[in-house]
Amino acid sequence: MRRVITATVQNRSGVLNRVTGLLHKRQFNIESISVGRTETDSISKMTFVVEVPDHQKLEQLVKQLNKQIDVLKVSDITDKAIVARELALIKVVSNSQLRNEIQGIIEPFRASIIDVSRDSLTVQVTGKTDKVEALIDLLRPYGIKELARTGLTAFLRGHQPQVTDLPSYSILK
Amino acid sequence: MSVEAKSETQTGAKPKTGADLLVQSLIDEGVDTIFGYPGGAVLPIYDALYKARESFDHILARHEQGSVHAAEGYARVSGKPGVVIATSGPGATNLVTGIADAMMDSLPLVVFTGQVARSVIGTDAFQEADVMGITTPITKHNYQVQSLSDIPRIVKEAFHIASTGRKGPVVVDIPKDISATIHDENYDTDFHLPGYQPTTKPNPLQIKKLADALVRSKKPVLLAGAGVLHGEASSQLKAFAVKHSLPVTTTLLGLGSFPGDHELSLGMAGMHGTYAANKALYECDLLINIGARFDDRLTGNLNHFAKYATVAHIDIDPAEIGKNVETKIPIVSDSKAALSELLSVANESPKHYEWMDKLNAYQAECPLWYEDSQEKISPQWLIQKIHEATDGDAIVTTDVGQHQMWAAQYYKFTNADKWVTSGGLGTMGFGFPAAIGAQLAKPDETVVAIVGDGGFQMTLQELSLLQEKGLPVKVIIVNNEALGMVRQWQEKFYDERYSESLLTVQPDFVKLAESYQIRGLRVESPEELEHIIPDIFNYNGPVVVDCRVLKLENVYPMIAPGKGLHEMIGVKP
Repeated sequence: MRRVITATVQNRSGVLNRVTGLLHKRQFNIESISVGRTETDSISKMTFVVEVPDHQKLEQLVKQLNKQIDVLKVSDITDKAIVARELALIKVVSNSQLRNEIQGIIEPFRASIIDVSRDSLTVQVTGKTDKVEALIDLLRPYGIKELARTGLTAFLRGHQPQVTDLPSYSILK
Repeated sequence: MSVEAKSETQTGAKPKTGADLLVQSLIDEGVDTIFGYPGGAVLPIYDALYKARESFDHILARHEQGSVHAAEGYARVSGKPGVVIATSGPGATNLVTGIADAMMDSLPLVVFTGQVARSVIGTDAFQEADVMGITTPITKHNYQVQSLSDIPRIVKEAFHIASTGRKGPVVVDIPKDISATIHDENYDTDFHLPGYQPTTKPNPLQIKKLADALVRSKKPVLLAGAGVLHGEASSQLKAFAVKHSLPVTTTLLGLGSFPGDHELSLGMAGMHGTYAANKALYECDLLINIGARFDDRLTGNLNHFAKYATVAHIDIDPAEIGKNVETKIPIVSDSKAALSELLSVANESPKHYEWMDKLNAYQAECPLWYEDSQEKISPQWLIQKIHEATDGDAIVTTDVGQHQMWAAQYYKFTNADKWVTSGGLGTMGFGFPAAIGAQLAKPDETVVAIVGDGGFQMTLQELSLLQEKGLPVKVIIVNNEALGMVRQWQEKFYDERYSESLLTVQPDFVKLAESYQIRGLRVESPEELEHIIPDIFNYNGPVVVDCRVLKLENVYPMIAPGKGLHEMIGVKP
């Protein structure tokens, strides 16, 4: 299962190492991880996308993260109403003849060209992972020279639907 | 609180450096015993300790691994955190085994390591090692002090984290320039750890669920782990078991949490546990686990473990619940709080005579057994003799391996906190230094280090410490001239190809002991042992006994790797 997990952590040196080291030690595979500061000075937020084999392992992951002293809160937000975005920079082989064609491809994705050179151009796209991937697939035939992705960052929407059939991982269930 | 004001009254001198501040913080924590080894990066700390030498008993083991294992032994029997100091680089890396061992067995340690000065951290300076990187996966938490003014707070946090919740080791790495810097301010020691709030009181709903399950159960069994000992809940455990007539089995580390000679005791469960205990875990319909972590050496093949049972698990660490075994009734709590609550809530459950009869029959039919030998000393018989000679009330420490299992099987522990062994990490060389730490914590008790000839040779340099302190530790070397458990597995599973497991060349342990001015003895026959054993334990001083036992004896019964608890071998002669 692919899960989106967020962790609120103390903004201290070594905290990223603690968290990734823990995931490594417990054999979890991180697909992407993004970290940044939050509205509170001393607190950072991490968003991981991880591949876990089953619910038991998922529960372990959340609990082990929670045990870290510098980790304040861990949530599996995969099944909640969330906003999730990532950004990708894609350098595509291109010349003046192709530029318009590529412009036409990226427009429906609301991506933009942010750099142009004689033989390439760089596209910036923001969105959910599947959208980013769809665009990358479309651009691949032109020849991708370089690709960089930030990984997903996400949080809950302001309003959560009341009726849910979310599985609960609380040990008090 | 003003640290300076307090220190003036206690030491008569103003703290001057970061190291003085550290030492003062240790005094404030009530530390009186330090296991340490000096070196370049901790020179300022050792200077401060010298000035405050009236306040501490400093134990100079001869290798940092000895320091940390001694601190573990001290922590296990006293319940107080063991305090360790080592220098940067090799000093710190020599601690790694002990720190990992303490992590696995939830022992409270506060370990201070020197670090090179901040200006050269990251430059591969002399005796620099990335202690934070190395110890992060094997500590409950670790700190590198970045500012002198943080020292008092960090020390307080370290002791708090090490000794509350699920206990464990905390490392504090202190750059040399910080411990050497002069300070002249007062410091705030208040701390707040929003990410560390252990749950210690049980959820009443879950307690009720367990009480109800208990009434319905026809075949209940209690499994007591080290959590009962860490939570000081032995008397509550006994009261609970007696109230509901529940058979009790323990894990290796839980030995002593329930009296081994009690009629409800089934003995230890697991790979070398008793037949009755393992069958009880296999056949039960309700398994109440209190403070055990369902280690693979206990459960055997998980597909067969407690497969007919509703599992209830009381643990202070929520991450242990559901980790290996699916749990229907999870109770996150301190063991004492949960058992007290259960005692007050649960009505007496119906007696389960049939179940008890069955378990009693298992015990009667398949007790622990060994073939007695007339000419040679059976290791099991040796343990029984030690048990007799010490009235079953000594503090026993061991390494890992055959001697450990025989000690666990045949030294019937009846009291809590008498058993010090390396369970989770399974560390050779643990038992002897741990015995020194235990003896320091309990100077009036008999402490026996039961060690193997292999393990003893890993840390025997601590004989120096025994000599220096004159501690009356009794070291019994269960000498089979082999790495016994390795040899046993090679015999059983590798067609007797004894690859590097035979230690036929050995030092003369008697002369070795004598070179440290310690009494050394060798016993080779049962008569000799019978004759000498009272003398060993009446002697008021350290003794090293090289006890030559049957070389090819195996530990039975046994669950072969990958097998379930019901598939024991060597159950009967």
